Amino acid sequence: MSNIPAELRYASTHEWVRPEGNGIFTVGITEHAQELLGDMVFLDLPDEGDEIATGDDVAVAESVKAASDVYAPISGEVIAINEDLEDSPELVNTDPYGDGWMFKVKADDAGEVESLLTADGYAESIEDE
Amino acid sequence: MTNKTILHAKHIEAGAKMVDFFGWDMPINYGSQIEEHHAVRRDAGMFDVSHMTIVDVKGVQAQAYLRHLLANDVVKLQDKGKALYSGMLNEAGGVVDDLIVYFFDETNYRLVVNSATKEKDLNWLNLQTKGFDVTITERDEFAMIAVQGPNAKAQACKLFSAAQQEAVAGMKPFYGVQAEDLFIATTGYTGEAGYEIMVPNAHAADFWQQLLDLGVTPCGLGARDTLRLEAGMNLYGQDMDETISPLAANMGWTISWEPEDRYFIGRDVLTQQRAEGTDQLVGLVMKEKGVLRAGQKVTVAGGEGVITSGTFSPTLGHSVALARVSHTVTDTAEVEMRKKWVTVDVVKPSFVRNGKSVL
Repeated sequence: MSNIPAELRYASTHEWVRPEGNGIFTVGITEHAQELLGDMVFLDLPDEGDEIATGDDVAVAESVKAASDVYAPISGEVIAINEDLEDSPELVNTDPYGDGWMFKVKADDAGEVESLLTADGYAESIEDE
Repeated sequence: MTNKTILHAKHIEAGAKMVDFFGWDMPINYGSQIEEHHAVRRDAGMFDVSHMTIVDVKGVQAQAYLRHLLANDVVKLQDKGKALYSGMLNEAGGVVDDLIVYFFDETNYRLVVNSATKEKDLNWLNLQTKGFDVTITERDEFAMIAVQGPNAKAQACKLFSAAQQEAVAGMKPFYGVQAEDLFIATTGYTGEAGYEIMVPNAHAADFWQQLLDLGVTPCGLGARDTLRLEAGMNLYGQDMDETISPLAANMGWTISWEPEDRYFIGRDVLTQQRAEGTDQLVGLVMKEKGVLRAGQKVTVAGGEGVITSGTFSPTLGHSVALARVSHTVTDTAEVEMRKKWVTVDVVKPSFVRNGKSVL
C-alpha cells in the first residue's frame, strides 16, 4: 500500500495538492502514480504565468514506461515550477510529496480545493482501479 | 497457469516488481530500472533468463538438419563451443524466431530460443526433423543466469571451480563450454562482456545468492530491454516476427547466401526480396526532451515507417529507437509524437557498446 499523506487533497487523476497559505497550492503526483509509471526520465512542466483550468493537461511526466499527462487539479495561475526536476526527474520517484513537487498555483478560488478527494477518498479510488 | 522460474522465490525475496511476460511471472525491476541499467554498464548485473528454452539437437544428420532449418550456415562453426546467431524462417521468409546455436561437433548442437515462442518453436523444430536423423530434446533441468557488465566475468569467476576457471580462461566472445556442472557461454543481450550460465535447477538459487553476496546487481526485464536496445539488438515479437523478413529487421548479416546450392527454409522468398529491395530497420536518435515509443509513425524522404522499439537511453541521456522504414536512406526522419511531428537523426541501429556511445 503506497503512502497517502492525510494532510493533502487529491484528484482522481493522481495529483496531490498542498495548501501553502495565501491561496497558494503546491501540486505533484502521488506515490501510487509514480509507482505505476516507473523511473521518471523527463518532466514537461507548465510555464510560470500560465493560466490553468481544472482538468487541463498542463504537464507531461515521461517515464521509462510511458508518457503520462498531469492535469490541473484546480484553476489559477502557475507562479512557480520545480526547476530541479529538469536535471533530477528521479525526485518524483524518490520523494513524490517533497522534493518531487511539480508546480505552485495561485488559486482563482481557494475554496475549490475542498471539492478534491481527501486521503481516504483517494485511497478508495485507487483500490477500485 | 503462470509459469515460474526456479529463481522466482529469490525475486520475491528481493522485493522485485513482478509482471506477466508471455505467461511467465518475471521481475520487471527490483526498485529502479535505471539503476539496474547503470549497474550493467558500469559494474556487473545479473538476469534470470531461465524462462528461455534450451534445446539440444543431436544425431548423425544434426548438421544437415540445421543447415536446412536456419538462414545462417552452421558449417561456419568449426571450433568446438563456437556460437552463431541466426533467424529461423518460415517458407514465406518471415522470422519464426531468432536463436543462438552452439556447436560441439557435427552431430551435437545446442540451441537457445525465446520463451514467448517456446511452443511454436518446439513444434517447428520437430516438424522440420522429417527426413533427418536427429533428435530434439528440451533441457528444462537447467536454469540460466546472465551475468553482464565490465566486472561480470571477474565476479562470476569467483564462483567457478579451478577446472571451470581454466575452461573459460581466454574464451573469446560467442563461445560456450560445458565445465563440470555449468555450461558457461560468452554471450549476452546487453552489449557488455559477461557470461550466460546454465546451472542445474537444484543449484540455481545458491548460485544466484552467491552472486548477490558478491555485490552483483539483480536486474529485471526493464533494464534488459533498455540495455539490448542501446546495443541495437532486436527483440522478437517487437522488431521482427513471422510477417517480417530478416532483411527488413537488420538481420541481413545473419543470412548465409553462399554456398548457393544450400537450400534453407525461406531462401526462395528472400532471394526475390533481396533483388527487389525491402524495408529496413534503422536507428533513430532524438536529443531533445521526450521519449520515442514503439508504434509511433515515422516518415522519411520518400517513405514511411513505424518505430518498433523505443526508449529513453539511460547511458546516453536521451531517447533512441529502432524503426522499420521503406528502403530509403536519409539522415533525418520525422516522428509523430503526441500529435506533433519531431525531427530525429537516422543512424545505424547500434547506440552503445561496452559502456560507451557509438553515435
